[in-house]
Amino acid sequence: MRTVQRTEADRALLRDAATIAAAMIAVGASFGAIAIAYGLPTWVPFLMSTVVFAGGSQFLAVGLLAAGNPLAALVAGLLLNARHLPFGLAVSEAVGPRLRDRLIGSHVLTDEVAAFTLAEPDPDRRHRVYWIIGLTLFTSWNIGTALGVLLGGATGDPDALGLDAAFPAALLALIMPSLTDRATRTVALTGAAIAVLLTPVLPAGLPVMCALLGLLTLVRLPRRKERSC
Amino acid sequence: MLIAAIVALGVGTYAMRLGGVLLRGRLELSETLQRLLPMAAAALLAALAGTAALMAGTAFAGVARPAGVLVGGILAWRKAPFVVVVLAAAGTAALLRLAGVD
Repeated sequence: MRTVQRTEADRALLRDAATIAAAMIAVGASFGAIAIAYGLPTWVPFLMSTVVFAGGSQFLAVGLLAAGNPLAALVAGLLLNARHLPFGLAVSEAVGPRLRDRLIGSHVLTDEVAAFTLAEPDPDRRHRVYWIIGLTLFTSWNIGTALGVLLGGATGDPDALGLDAAFPAALLALIMPSLTDRATRTVALTGAAIAVLLTPVLPAGLPVMCALLGLLTLVRLPRRKERSC
Repeated sequence: MLIAAIVALGVGTYAMRLGGVLLRGRLELSETLQRLLPMAAAALLAALAGTAALMAGTAFAGVARPAGVLVGGILAWRKAPFVVVVLAAAGTAALLRLAGVD
């Protein structure tokens, strides 16, 4: 019985992983194509997709690198990726107890991997989810990058396929179950509102980190209790 | 300089990923803090979804993308399968653009 449930859960997981992997290949291809269109050497997109492996910062950095501003690319990219630290804290147990697992596994941590891992209600299955999604996305992102470099502009515009709407919708689907908890919902929606409002005024990366201020909505609750006592 | 910037970005990003993963074991987190971590992650993911849905750079993203995400969000709320959510969001945005609405 247990094995049957496990296989079914795995099949569902692999289907979801395939969905997000297909989108990653298409966006990775657009990254590879853009890097080449900017006139950067062929090795640049390959090196970035393997060594950096963080889509948003790669798109941001490749533009600044092409403009001849490597220092700005570094600073902007690191700022955008600062959110991986709190994500690392949140998924730590799923990565695994062994140091070797942690050293290798940390590299494949992305927004989508964190979302998939935390969406898994069974803590015993989280390790499996983390590694399956992490390795699937790392592979598909790099395959996509290679396709983009080889095919150039022939891969088309991912926006025409609506992929820019697919990624936020995927994240929404993954966090939706956690939003049934009232406190989590308040924290998440307040954080999202703060981030959206700050996006026009702060450099990329900071608005999302400011979403952590949504946690302040929790502070009020115990105080109220004290007063009522 | 190009290779140095890319490698430094990779090393810095890896350090933040690994730092979070290793720090959790070092910190003696109280139960309250343990409860806060998933909430903090939910806030970051909601913020990523919200900003990616509504904003393109520092400007508003237009109509097609938010509409696609809205359709996906409603389907996710109605507990539709993940594949359906993703395809419906992409399909809505793509069709709107095909119809000339961006």
